[in-house]
Amino acid sequence: MNSASADMSTPSPVSPVAPRLLYCHCRYAQVVPGAVKNEVLRRLCDSKVPFEAVPDLCELSARKDPALETLAAGGRIKIAACYPRAVKWLFAAAGHPLEVEQAEVLNMRTQRADEIADALLAAGFRPNLPLDRTPASASASDSAGSAA
Amino acid sequence: MALTDSQVCVYLHEDDGQAPISATDRFQTISALLEKGYRVSFQPSAHPAIRKNDREVPAIVSGSGSMTSVDGTLVPTTGTPTMAQAALEAAESVRERSGAAKPGSWLPWFPVIDYDRCTNCMQCLSFCLFGVYGVDDRGKIQAQHQDNCKTHCPACSRVCPEAAIMFPKYKAGPINGDQVSDADLQREKMKIDISALLGGDVYALLRDRSERARSRFGKERDADKALVERQKCLTKLGEIMADVPAEVLSSLPSPEQIAKRAEEAKARAQKALSGA
Repeated sequence: MNSASADMSTPSPVSPVAPRLLYCHCRYAQVVPGAVKNEVLRRLCDSKVPFEAVPDLCELSARKDPALETLAAGGRIKIAACYPRAVKWLFAAAGHPLEVEQAEVLNMRTQRADEIADALLAAGFRPNLPLDRTPASASASDSAGSAA
Repeated sequence: MALTDSQVCVYLHEDDGQAPISATDRFQTISALLEKGYRVSFQPSAHPAIRKNDREVPAIVSGSGSMTSVDGTLVPTTGTPTMAQAALEAAESVRERSGAAKPGSWLPWFPVIDYDRCTNCMQCLSFCLFGVYGVDDRGKIQAQHQDNCKTHCPACSRVCPEAAIMFPKYKAGPINGDQVSDADLQREKMKIDISALLGGDVYALLRDRSERARSRFGKERDADKALVERQKCLTKLGEIMADVPAEVLSSLPSPEQIAKRAEEAKARAQKALSGA
């Protein structure tokens, strides 16, 4: 399979520059539990750290919004949204791909609010986007598919 | 509204010498703005860094609830009892004066391609009836017209043999972006096989039914029966694509139009694949 994620067992060394924070409100769908969204946002607001909040990352992607370029190109970023695979390709679809080693995605569909908020506000950084498919992994995956 | 219209972004910050925004005000203000579809950049400093791009209209909201637009024009806030309401009024005012898009007029439901999985087979382009897909100048499949996509319809992801098409707002994985398992992949391939057993492919099934209907209608000339046949056809399609919304099925063009569009899409796919 080619959906391997970056190693999450050990945080990367703490950078002198704190990662930027992005919160997606997933406004147009009910797939992210409201209680999780609200608690994550409340914790961000309580912390008084600077952050970016978007009503819906999907919408920005479809619009190819230049704001995504700023977010993707500005170094380390922690993103509270949904599945890392979806977030990776939403940015890519807008023409502003995230760098695999520069993004940590917290999944508000599956993770607890306190777990997400703690990770957003912690000094550590755990990049977890699916790794780009390499020719080696592609051929391995293809072989597995042929054999099946 | 076009997807390329400019959008308002609210810069929420704290002025020197003013009381800081309380956590409650901050939460209520940002929540209210997000619910109305506005982006927010919270910067607890006196001098917010305003992004410079031609698709963003900044509305600056300071800690006291006094409002200015980026050109320094004050926006009246008299009579607004909460900071959240004041911020919303400021955002609306800036939007109206700038001609920026009204947020929330489109539900962003569209396919997102996982190019780590996509093999550029063009099945999605061949299948989609609504012209969502196209190819770039190198023949690579793209979702090009996202706003053509039918809300809550994940049909194209069902025909993708590699489970490479995501709808991030879909209820379940792997279509929602969750990792793709071997079992998922086998299930997707099995669906293709089932549809093939039922009639070569969905379009072939539709065409076949259309032909039979035409033959019968030639004799009977009965418009009601034509409608019944079409309903049967759409019901069959609904059985194959269990989670395609009924409103999508009911808004499909006639079988003849579907067949014509399918041929056109296939021709485009073939052209892209052959590099012509």
